[in-house]
Order: sequence, then structure tokens, then C-alpha cells
Amino acid sequence: MPDLKANCAGITSPNPFWLASAPPANSGEQIMRAFDEGWGGAVWKTLGDPIQNVSSRFGAINHNGTRIIGFNNIELITDRPLATNLREITEVKKHFPEHAVVASLMFGSQDEWKDAVKRCIDAGADGLELNFGCPHGMCERGMGSAVGQEPKVNEEITSWVSEISTIPVLVKLTPNVADIVPHGLASQRGGGDGVALINTVKSIIGVDIDHFVPLPAVNGAGSNGGYCGPAVRPIALHMVAALARDEEFKLPISAIGGIGDWRHVVEFLLLGASNVQVATAAMHYGYRIVRDMQQGLEDYMRSHGFEKLDDFIGRAVPNFKEWGDLDINFEVVARVDEDKCIGCQLCYVACQDGGHQCIELREGTRVPKVDEDECVGCNLCAHVCPVHDCMQMVEVENGFPAVTWNEHLTQGKLIRPNKGVHV
Amino acid sequence: MTRLPEKRTEIHFSDFKKAYGYDQAMAEANRCLYCYDAPCISECPAAVDVPEFIRQIRTDNLKGAARTVLASNALGMSCARVCPVEVLCSGACVLSEMGLPPIRIGRLQRFVADMALDQGWVFEKRAAATGRRVALVGGGPASLACAWTLGMLGHQPVIFEKDQLPGGLNTTAIAPYKMKADRAVQEAEYIIEHAGVEMRYSHEVGVDVSWESLEEDFDAVFIGVGLGPDRLMSRLPGADIQGIEGAVEFIQQLKTREVDLRGVNAAAVVGGGNTAVDITRELLDLGVPRVTMVYRREQAAMKGYQHEWAEAKRAGALAHWRSTPVAFVGGPRVSGVHCSRLTEDLIPIEGADFVVPADRVFVAIGQSRLGDLLETRPGIKAESGCVVVDERCYAGRPGWYAGGDCVNGGKEVVNAAADGKTAALAIHEYLQGAADHA
Repeated sequence: MPDLKANCAGITSPNPFWLASAPPANSGEQIMRAFDEGWGGAVWKTLGDPIQNVSSRFGAINHNGTRIIGFNNIELITDRPLATNLREITEVKKHFPEHAVVASLMFGSQDEWKDAVKRCIDAGADGLELNFGCPHGMCERGMGSAVGQEPKVNEEITSWVSEISTIPVLVKLTPNVADIVPHGLASQRGGGDGVALINTVKSIIGVDIDHFVPLPAVNGAGSNGGYCGPAVRPIALHMVAALARDEEFKLPISAIGGIGDWRHVVEFLLLGASNVQVATAAMHYGYRIVRDMQQGLEDYMRSHGFEKLDDFIGRAVPNFKEWGDLDINFEVVARVDEDKCIGCQLCYVACQDGGHQCIELREGTRVPKVDEDECVGCNLCAHVCPVHDCMQMVEVENGFPAVTWNEHLTQGKLIRPNKGVHV
Repeated sequence: MTRLPEKRTEIHFSDFKKAYGYDQAMAEANRCLYCYDAPCISECPAAVDVPEFIRQIRTDNLKGAARTVLASNALGMSCARVCPVEVLCSGACVLSEMGLPPIRIGRLQRFVADMALDQGWVFEKRAAATGRRVALVGGGPASLACAWTLGMLGHQPVIFEKDQLPGGLNTTAIAPYKMKADRAVQEAEYIIEHAGVEMRYSHEVGVDVSWESLEEDFDAVFIGVGLGPDRLMSRLPGADIQGIEGAVEFIQQLKTREVDLRGVNAAAVVGGGNTAVDITRELLDLGVPRVTMVYRREQAAMKGYQHEWAEAKRAGALAHWRSTPVAFVGGPRVSGVHCSRLTEDLIPIEGADFVVPADRVFVAIGQSRLGDLLETRPGIKAESGCVVVDERCYAGRPGWYAGGDCVNGGKEVVNAAADGKTAALAIHEYLQGAADHA
């Protein structure tokens, strides 16, 4: 039986699945139900000076009948009194001593921060998460992403907390920056024990085209919100990996961003995360999604012979390279499985209009033919093909030894001739 | 024209294929792969751009979807309901190759075409009047489709209809679980109104109006007279016994008024085409306990669609394959059909005869063809009773065109609609040419 026990910056939990700081972790009653369902930890809905929210708060992108491939919100931090949340933290810890309960915090002045940190520790929280990421509503008040976008401010506030905290401190980073690394390093300099990312992406989810209002609409007007859900996962994977492979950056990472099933969890762990946090998927389908996450992760570990998370955390990091260090002589071509092909010809039109014009139609059959001499191996046809494993990208031997672009530039090594240029 | 009576036997039927609501239409539209050079288009006689209109449904552009359908087929609403999509567009859907149900194209088309008719959406505007007048003989789908396109091109269509309702067989012969007469009339009226069609009801050309006068009074003529009355087996012994009638005639009655089937315990249907299958299903739906089809060939060779026969069988239909009536039994009312089994060469087998009990007998062996009647005009020819035309529906005499059942011997509404449009474009070209040469 694989051991799913997780440890992120000293915060331990029975498994790596945490609820992120969001509506699913709004109250002790919810979090205890989530723990009953199988979640290993929860980051409390951000504590701070209780706010008043607007009515109409969420927006979503649906695509071809699939609901919520992207989600955004203009909800702020907790609207519940600090004392209530702290009392419930104590209660949850009493019932679930092995589970991770992390208090997310967002305050203004140093005194407010320090007071809250002490009270959270007293309440029994296992760790703190500093919300430097929220890109809507709070940033206009000088908090949230306003902090996360300024490495100096990030470092300073992190140091206020880390100087007095007796429990691990995670800094939650905003993706609304050009390069995540300086921000991770600022948290490290400030004495943070780990980082959590990504927070939501600043966004407008859509527009009511009949009433000319950005969505979600609040009495005829809209505002920018925080974007999350499946669509942001690639951005999160990139940012987690960017920190994981940075030589200077040493902190553990709690990964967030579009995670909804076990495969996503594996992806983030392979790119260096110590655990994951989930919100949108739990909002969409409920806490029960953790059951598949747990079983899927166990099955994955068994199939690879992994006994504990550390056996594979970060395993994909060394394989993440700069473009110039990829083997430019490696070559794949598309190949149609004629028995599987249903004749939709989506690969044909995609290659003609969006590829390199190397798929042809033939008289008397709807099965297209790939001109392998012209195929550049871009994968587009394989992605548009609706049939599983019908269009396969096959490695071809071209006689050229592996050479990177950088080696070609600096050492003049021979690279293969271009294909599909149509000069 | 006469209005349809409200009390009609057909109104007791419910739709066999239920109408889609918004969510159902979206879910189905989202399954469409949006194929390139899609086979569903080439299988549609009216060449409706199916992937395009389905994509428009998907993008919530329902009006645009209806426009795409109606631009190719003015009778898109009817065709959505009555087309045998199983052997046309949906039959070509590549999803079947994946072992998945094909897209329900008929229901999606109905979803938007119904909306267009109910909302009164009109997507085309008539071009400036050309002053040219075209006579269209017969008020069925072929003439209506032809009139639509002619009207939009600025010509004046004038339809001569021998009856008092528009729509021809589309109004009076469609199985009511597919479409009811009022819906067909509504579509015809939409065409008549927006294409500016002049209707001459109760005008039978050749009887009330002469063929010669059409040539004198109009710039071109389109023949869309369809088929004649049911062919009956009048040479068989007992053919004049009461209770033996043509299937199309009976279907017309149940579509346009009330029929009385009280006391009918068993019915026999002679034939194996789609009319035979339709009337079999209708009789069963109307509560006739025992309906037996008698067909001279084996099941695999029947002209009726297999998917339709499967439904008839599910409803309880019985059948005698490779059998033919040799006499009708009873008097003064029919009590049965005396049948004989046939050899592979369709020759009666001696001693292999039997009687199918029947209080009513419906003969569905086809309708008579009218082509010979039209050969009166020099240049126009008929073969096996069908008017001979070229691929542009030209009938061999300058200015004369024909399409629909009177040309193809009896096919689908969509074939008639496609012919009508083809003919209209050819007539337009002819009229323009004629103008140039004047």
C-alpha cells in the first residue's frame, strides 16, 4: 500500500490533498465534512478584517457543452468574524489532530499581522499562508496581489510574520507577474518556509453582449476577477516548475491551479510540488472528488513502484529544459491508423489551414494520407483527431545524431534539413 | 382555400420523434465533430450545410442556424420531420464509424426550423420585380420550393392547385406521428406570403385551365403535379366489395378529417413500400387490433425503409412475405383477402393459399403516374409515366420544367424540394436569357 503522507514545509497531512483557501474552506463545519470525505488538509478561507461581498460573484467559461472549463470570482476574503473562525480552527484540530489546518491571512498594518499570527497559533493552526495573491477587490486596498507583485513588500511582510511565528509560514504567490522566480526568492529572503501558487489570474470572464456588461454582472456593471479552474492549470504547472528548477530557490511548494483529479496531482508533484490545493473542482462537484484523487494516485504509485511521495516528487524537473537545449534532430511524423479513421477529415483541414499542408485527400476514400516527407511533426492533427490513438506521432530515424540548437550555434554541430517549408 | 377542420383523426397522434428543447439541442449539437467536406451534406438532396447549422446552434446563433437551413431548403421545417435521415444525412454521419449514435440531424434541424416558422423569421428579401410570370402546376413541395426561389429572384410565381389546401402530399399524406397537416399548411403559407405567390386553388390544369393557355399567359411553366390516385387491384375477383380502398386516399382522410374505424378488428394492407408501412403503423396506433401486411417479395427486398418497418413491427404489425392477393372475400363488406404464396420468380404456388381476415383492406401498391397526360405539349416526353427532364429539370420544351414525384415516380419531400429549387434557378436563367435576346 503506497504511503500518501505529505509534508510541505513541515506541515504534515495524511495525504497531499488540501482544500485551497476558498468557499469550500469557509467554515469548520465544511472542513470537517471534507476531512471525513478524505481530504488531508485545508487552508482556511482568508482571515482578515471581515468584508461585505457583492451579490453575483462568480463567472464561468463553458466550452462545447462542458461546464466550467474556466472560472472566476469577485468574492473577497472571509465575511465571518475572526473570533468565530479561530474558535472553529480549534474545534477542527480537536477532532482531526493529524490533518493539516492552515490559516490564510491578509491584513494591513504590521500590528494587525502580528496580532493575527499569534491568535492563529494559539488557536492551534498547523501553519500560516500569507495571501499575497488575490487580484481583485483587496489589491485596490493595498493588500493581496498588490503585495505579491512587489518583491520588497512581499519580503518585508513575510519577515514580520516569520520573525514571530512558531509554525511554518507559506507565502501564496500571484501569477500576475512576468516572472515568478523573483517573487519566490523574496518570500525566501523574508524567512518564509514555503510558497503556495498560483493564486487566481486577473481576468474578465466574459461580457453580457446584450446589456454590454462585463461578467459577472452586479446591477449593470462588472469588474475584473480572479481566474481559475482547469484552464489555468498550464500556467500553474509552468510557474511551479520555474521555481522548482531555480538553483537559488530552495523552499517547498504547495501547488494550486486547476487541479481536479489524480493525474493533475501527479503532474504537479512530478514538477516539484510537495502537495496540492484544490478549490474550483470541489466547488463544481463537491468534496467527493477526493476519492478518485486518492485511489488514482495510489494506483499510479503502485504501477510505478513508488512507495512514498518523495519517490517521485520533482522527477520531471530535470527534464524541463530551455528550448535551445532540446534535441533539434529528433523527428516524429504523423501516421494514420486507417482501420480506426472515421473519415471526419478534421486532420486534413487543420493541416491545410493551421499546419504545413502535408495531409492529402485521395479519390475514393475519406481516409486522409500523410506526406511523411513534408510532415514537420507538429502534432496538430493528432490533437484534432477525435479517435483515440488513430493519428499517432511516430519517431523516425533520420541518421542525424542528437544535437541541440545551442550546440549548433556554439559548436557548429550539424542539424537536419528543414521539412515542410514549401519554398 | 379551405381551412383545415380542427377535428381531424390525425390530431390524436403524438410525435414519434419528440421535439428537442434548448438543452437537448445543445447537447446533441455539441456532439457534432464539424467534419470537413462532411458526408451528411453530400447525402442531403437539398445539400443543407449540416455542420454549419449545427455549429451555429452550438454558438447559440439559433437564428443563423435557421437561416442556413432555409437558405438551402425552403421546406426545411417539413424535411426535418419527414426526411428518412437514417438513410440520408444521419446515415452518413462518421460517428457511426466510431460505434456512436449518429447526430440526430433531423431533430436539430426541426429545432431551428420550427423556431423560424413560429417566430416568423424571414431571411430573404424579394428582388425587384422582373415582371416575369411563371405558372406552377400543382401546389406540393416541388412547386412550393420552386415558387420560393422564383419569388426571391423577383419573378411572379402563380400556383395552380386542384384542391383547396396548399402543400400537396406534404399536407395530406405524411404520417401524423411525423408531421400534422396544419404544420405543412403553415409552412406553405409562409412560403406563399413571403415569396409573394399567387395561389389559384380549385384550378386543375388540363380541366379548369388548358395547358395551351399556360404557355400563352406565362413566361415559363413548372410541372409539379405529383402522382395520381392510388392504383387499386380492380381486376381481382371481389375488387368491388365494400371496404377495399386506396391507402393514400385513406391517409388523406385521416389527415384532413375524422375517420371511423369503429368495429374494425382486422385490417390488411397490400404492398411493401413506405405508404404500406405508414398506414400499417397508423392503423395500429388508431387501435385496430390486428393489421397484416401482404407483400409479394421478401422483407429484405421491401421498398419501405427497414427502420420504419422495425417500428411497425414493434407496434404489433404482422406480415406475409412473398405473398399476393388473388381475390377479395366477403360481401357486401369485405371479410378477408385470399392470398397465394409466390415462388422466387413471383409466380403463385399452387395449393399454397390462405386467407387473411380483414374488415378493411388498404391497397398500397403505388399511385398512378400522370406523365402521359402531359405529353400533350410537343417536346415533353414521358417514360413509364414519369416526365423526362435533364439535370436542370428542363422538360424538353423551351420554358417548360418539371420536378418532384411526377419526374421521379415518388420519392421524398426533400427530393421534390431540391428539384423545385434546381428548376427555379434554371427558369431564372432561361428568363434572363430570353430577356437578353428580346
